[in-house]
Amino acid sequence: MIRVVLPTQLRALARIDGEVALALDGEASQRAVLDALEERFPALRGTMRDHETGKRRAYLRFFACEQDLSHEPPDAPLPAPVIAGDEPFLVVGAMAGG
Amino acid sequence: MSPAPAHVSSTLWFQWRYRRRGKDSGPGAMTFARGGGQHLEATAPGVESGVEGAHMSSVRVLVGTRKGAFVLTSDGKRDQWRVDGPYFGGWEIYHVAGSPADPDRVFVSQSMDWFGQVIQRSDDGGMSWEAVGNEFTYAGVPGTHQWYDGTDRPWEFTRVWHLAPSLTDPDTVYAGVQDAALFRSNDGGASWQELRGLREHGSGSSWQPGAGGLCLHTIVQHPAKPERLTTAISAAGAFRTDDTGKTWQPINQGLESDGIPDPEAEVGHCVHRIAMHPSRPDVLFMQKHWDVMRSDDAGDSWYEISGDLPSDFGFPIAVHSHEPDTVYVVPITSDAEHYPPEGKLRVYRSRTGGNEWEALTSGLPQQHAYVNVLRDAMAVDALDECGVYFGTTGGQVYVSANAGDHWEPIVRDLPPVLSVEVQTLT
Repeated sequence: MIRVVLPTQLRALARIDGEVALALDGEASQRAVLDALEERFPALRGTMRDHETGKRRAYLRFFACEQDLSHEPPDAPLPAPVIAGDEPFLVVGAMAGG
Repeated sequence: MSPAPAHVSSTLWFQWRYRRRGKDSGPGAMTFARGGGQHLEATAPGVESGVEGAHMSSVRVLVGTRKGAFVLTSDGKRDQWRVDGPYFGGWEIYHVAGSPADPDRVFVSQSMDWFGQVIQRSDDGGMSWEAVGNEFTYAGVPGTHQWYDGTDRPWEFTRVWHLAPSLTDPDTVYAGVQDAALFRSNDGGASWQELRGLREHGSGSSWQPGAGGLCLHTIVQHPAKPERLTTAISAAGAFRTDDTGKTWQPINQGLESDGIPDPEAEVGHCVHRIAMHPSRPDVLFMQKHWDVMRSDDAGDSWYEISGDLPSDFGFPIAVHSHEPDTVYVVPITSDAEHYPPEGKLRVYRSRTGGNEWEALTSGLPQQHAYVNVLRDAMAVDALDECGVYFGTTGGQVYVSANAGDHWEPIVRDLPPVLSVEVQTLT
């Protein structure tokens, strides 16, 4: 199972408590995770990536295993600890302040 | 009196059930009977506990702010209020709009730079919400419009500024978006299609954004001719269709804007808001960037009615619900100083269809008031004594239950108010 942690606003939007556990068919990649999330929680469609192009929204990042995976190819395999469920896949909203 | 049930304490606890009147009331007329048993026992101050079939007027004020939506409810006296919210806390709520055909159906434009656009819909007057379709894809190859610096910029969807539910069909709703375009849903918001004829009518590539972006923010529906829509775009101007969006024409003759190379150009005007009284749909009132304008021929030509206003710059404009020549504006000092002249928050009312204006100050702060009232943040109800409402960038929402003669704040400390709409429930 892939563990996914969403930012507060998206958890509220999709009415999710805590982490999401996803069972993926095929290779575990960013695209596969987002596809599965959107399938299970349709309210998330368009909030993490563009409907049409699939491009990640500018103020979102994907972290895992203390790495920024945001610029990895969407079909690249996720790190082994994420696939094993030992580490979560983090969807992170950019911090902004001042 | 018992408290509202805990499981609905953060939502609207009252329940409205509507039923159509008999033929004597005319097509589409509805009456709203309060129902819901235990919910009604938790009566808001000033609201009578009712039984099925009891008729009384009430209002539901739908407020969009920078950090969530709020719903303000009162009975017809409009002197005591229940405040619910924030809903969708932390999100920018550009607009909340109820369906005139079924007021239990309410649409919300919810957006955030981080997560984009969401459309929420309620089918029970705000007790529960469902995220519906949020895919706004321009038809065809959208091409470019002008950017601030005069260069070409590809059309890119940013957000929905304004929602206009159909006057007759609860499943149809229009959406005015940034970058400027008009979309329509015929399935209650599940899917959206662009009415591309507006963007492609010929002048689209020359449109340039206003300070807030290239946004379609005003949608006026003709009460008897659903095929006629009048829209406004900052900073392109006003446009009208008479065939439900297939073809469009700019309707800006008579507008004069000093900030563009040709002050009388066919397009390029920063129209802030257009208002209409349904009994006289060919008469339109416009608050332009500068100038308050009027058209008596559905926008074919405009003339200025700023008259004796202290400033003719402003954003909202509204028409009294029963007096088609009574118009309201909120003058703002200038395009550089977005606050009322002299720090006095004054609504101005004309009872003559323009030119002659009176300041409405009772109950409004007359010193140190440096707030703005945005284009979508003024509305009127349809009660016998017309109520007027507006929200400010300082988070106040004011009501006048007597057509503007006296004002009271409903709330004072909301996030900056982006929009105010009123549903009159009888």
